[in-house]
Amino acid sequence: MKKINITIDGKKIIADEGQTILEVAAENGIQIPSLCYHPDLSVKANCRICIVSVKGLTSPQTACSTKVQKGMEITTESPEIAKLRKINLELIFSQHKEECADCVWNFNCQLLELSKKYKLQITRFSDRKSGFPIYNFGPALQFDSSKCIDCRNCVEVCHKQQVGHLQIVSKNNLQEIIPNDKNPCIFCGQCIIHCPAGAFEGVGEFEEIETPLADKNKVVVFQFAPAIRTTIGEEFNLPPGEDLTGQIVAGLKQLGANYVFDVSCGADFTTLEEATESLERIRKNENLPLFSSCCPAWVRFIEVYYPQLIPHLTTARSPHVILGSILKSYWATKYQIDPVNLVVVSIMPCVAKKYEITRDELRIHPTESIAANAPTLFGEADRIPPVDYVLTTRELAKLFKKHKIDLTKIDPTPADDPFGNYSGAGVIYGASGGVMESALRTAFSLVSGGQKIQIEFQEVRGQKGLKTAQVDLNGKKIKVAVANGLENAVKIIQGLNKEYKDYACIEVMACPGGCIGGGGQPLPTNASVRKARAEGLYKIDEKKELKMAHENPALKKVHEEFLTTEEIKQKICHTYYSAKNN
Amino acid sequence: MFDKGIIAKLKQKGLTGRGGAGFPTWQKWEAVKNIQADKRYIVCNASEGEPFILKDKYILENYPEEVIYGLKIALKAIPKSEAIIYLNEFYYQQFKNKLEKLIAASPITLFSKPGGYLKGEETTLLNIIEGEKAEPRVKPPYPTEKGLWGKPTLINNVETFYWISKIAKNEYQGHRFYSIEGEVKNRGVFELPETYTIKQILEQTGNYPNFSFFLQVGGGASGAIMTPNELDQPIKGAGAILVFNKQNTDPLQLMAGWAEFFIRENCDQCTPCREGVYRLKEALAKGEIKKEAIDEVLLALEKTSFCPLGKSISTPFKTALQKLF
Repeated sequence: MKKINITIDGKKIIADEGQTILEVAAENGIQIPSLCYHPDLSVKANCRICIVSVKGLTSPQTACSTKVQKGMEITTESPEIAKLRKINLELIFSQHKEECADCVWNFNCQLLELSKKYKLQITRFSDRKSGFPIYNFGPALQFDSSKCIDCRNCVEVCHKQQVGHLQIVSKNNLQEIIPNDKNPCIFCGQCIIHCPAGAFEGVGEFEEIETPLADKNKVVVFQFAPAIRTTIGEEFNLPPGEDLTGQIVAGLKQLGANYVFDVSCGADFTTLEEATESLERIRKNENLPLFSSCCPAWVRFIEVYYPQLIPHLTTARSPHVILGSILKSYWATKYQIDPVNLVVVSIMPCVAKKYEITRDELRIHPTESIAANAPTLFGEADRIPPVDYVLTTRELAKLFKKHKIDLTKIDPTPADDPFGNYSGAGVIYGASGGVMESALRTAFSLVSGGQKIQIEFQEVRGQKGLKTAQVDLNGKKIKVAVANGLENAVKIIQGLNKEYKDYACIEVMACPGGCIGGGGQPLPTNASVRKARAEGLYKIDEKKELKMAHENPALKKVHEEFLTTEEIKQKICHTYYSAKNN
Repeated sequence: MFDKGIIAKLKQKGLTGRGGAGFPTWQKWEAVKNIQADKRYIVCNASEGEPFILKDKYILENYPEEVIYGLKIALKAIPKSEAIIYLNEFYYQQFKNKLEKLIAASPITLFSKPGGYLKGEETTLLNIIEGEKAEPRVKPPYPTEKGLWGKPTLINNVETFYWISKIAKNEYQGHRFYSIEGEVKNRGVFELPETYTIKQILEQTGNYPNFSFFLQVGGGASGAIMTPNELDQPIKGAGAILVFNKQNTDPLQLMAGWAEFFIRENCDQCTPCREGVYRLKEALAKGEIKKEAIDEVLLALEKTSFCPLGKSISTPFKTALQKLF
């Protein structure tokens, strides 16, 4: 890369040719305000806030779209720039309904910060969008169009996800972003992550978060996903990647949880089912490649957009659903709890999980269990959901703050037995490639006949959108692929008869980077944040002695005592899928 | 028949784009010619979407052979190229047969889509031809590097191709075309020297008003308001003069009309143009001119709009507010 000399605000800087002013400034600690810019997306340059002066040019230039040139002299703050930013920001505020107290940005908001910095009269113009509708996207998320500042990030990311539920239309000669029901939403929540104005949020994000705790007659069990332990700290001003497993448990206990379990343990159950299923399918050469199914947005994407590929999905239930199913059958019986009085709350990095728990396919019949102690009489219609509530990482942080629980000050506590213990394979589920690596560890071990096997699969790790590897499974060459972000998944789908023809297993996570980049995660989320979050998970795995899912003692015990027949395993650990039109 | 040194000639004659932006034509040609590419496009813009500018129509009606000849020169000068004429739907209906006959077997195709103000912006035109949203693209890359279908693309206006033809034939004398509309005796399009002052143009065409008047110069929407004491200068931008009778023109209503036009025609991509024009329209519909807010909105439009057309929206309002109140 050719190096060139430029100056920004009088500071001499050596920059790479081809970089934009905004990138160079950020690398050198100079903050240029921007709203529509998101490093995951293309440069759209439509908010006109990142304007800077360039010596020799009469009009200001947008730093996001202007590439540095040799000898360029750039000024990022001046009375003229401030005046222009102020008026453009006031115009942006004129289309944005302010509801700062219950916003996903949690006061860590660019708009708010800039309103102070440039002393805006945010009500200078009347709200153009007051009365604009709130759209509900299924049981997962909401779009309040009266907050939309028309930057189009959501539309772009929705198309990048190959969905196109969000579209730009023209109404009364003004552009408006509205949902397009012809392209159903898959609930990935990437619109939430990429909206600078907080116009999107999870369903219930600020209203129902305390409902699960309100009923004191219930036994409330919390279980939290692998991917939230290295992200929730960000809501408490910690850097991304900090492991707060024990603090989350302690905080949940303070909130009044009767039991706290770890979804990483559920992941161990999923891994064993998935690894067994994939070995079986490879043996029979049936429905290959096998697709992972723990990402509900991906499952829904297949059901809505590629129903012909449904047979490829593994039928293994996702980690929190499998654990919820075990809790409401085996565990409830063991602890003599009426499953109806058991409330299972999952803390997830995801808004699609809010949809997942409404899937009828997942309901279980308590008599399926050995629930001899369950006093309630059950009919066929009384099948119960394995999980009752899903809260996102953001919602849990909000709940903690409301109850003055500061995760940076609380002493860590271990999660409860028996499902508080988990393998390193379970915890890396939160990062793209983690499911594949877990399954490979277990599959290798199952066919190795007790020999020492490979534990680390570096090729499937990392933030690349599409990763492939070839592994040697007891003499048999197996090709696997890992995709994160649905644009990459579609590349695989389109290559199923070509370059991906002889692949055995495919892991797909709808969100970039996997669950650590999920729609329920703290804001901001971008490539460097996702990288740090994932590295945090691999550090936990590194330190864990228990590396393989199927060696988890809790799992072994449940298999010995409960999951003893194929029939019960199918009912508790597996599910089914069907084509969906909406 | 074709002149290999055409680019040098364009440079020597100092021909600038007649679409309104006034960019040196030879620079565009050279850029498209010299860049490495397996395919290049030439686009003749005949979308003519601004009110009261009718010069392209006049040229297509009277001198289509010159325009096609200009295009053929471009096809020859620019290797591996083909050409497209972008016509608004009315011009397409009207001139299709005549143009097709002149084109004969040359690699020139006609493209027809609704016209409109924004189509004067080059990258908008390219987006429409590609079937994308009718709005400008982020620049750079400029069309000369990455234009239609990602290939280097030369975009010139109908009138520019007309003058290219004249230059190639050594018949160019530094003239241009002027649309004269409004309250005048002789409406129409006139060919006169580009050095002529506005006053000379009006006098020469027998259109200098004998009543109290003002003008809008450079386009019926984005042109600047000018008063009789400013007419000793040539026209910059698009060659269009619109004459208003001062007595019976309500400047507020005039401005409200512009705001209506721009809110309909703009693409809503960027903040100042989408929200700013909305606020202008809102204020003018109420007859309220809060000077400070309007001045600031106009400043943001001029200095920070995404595309040149957004930037030019401030001109009529700013000059009207200065000169008509």
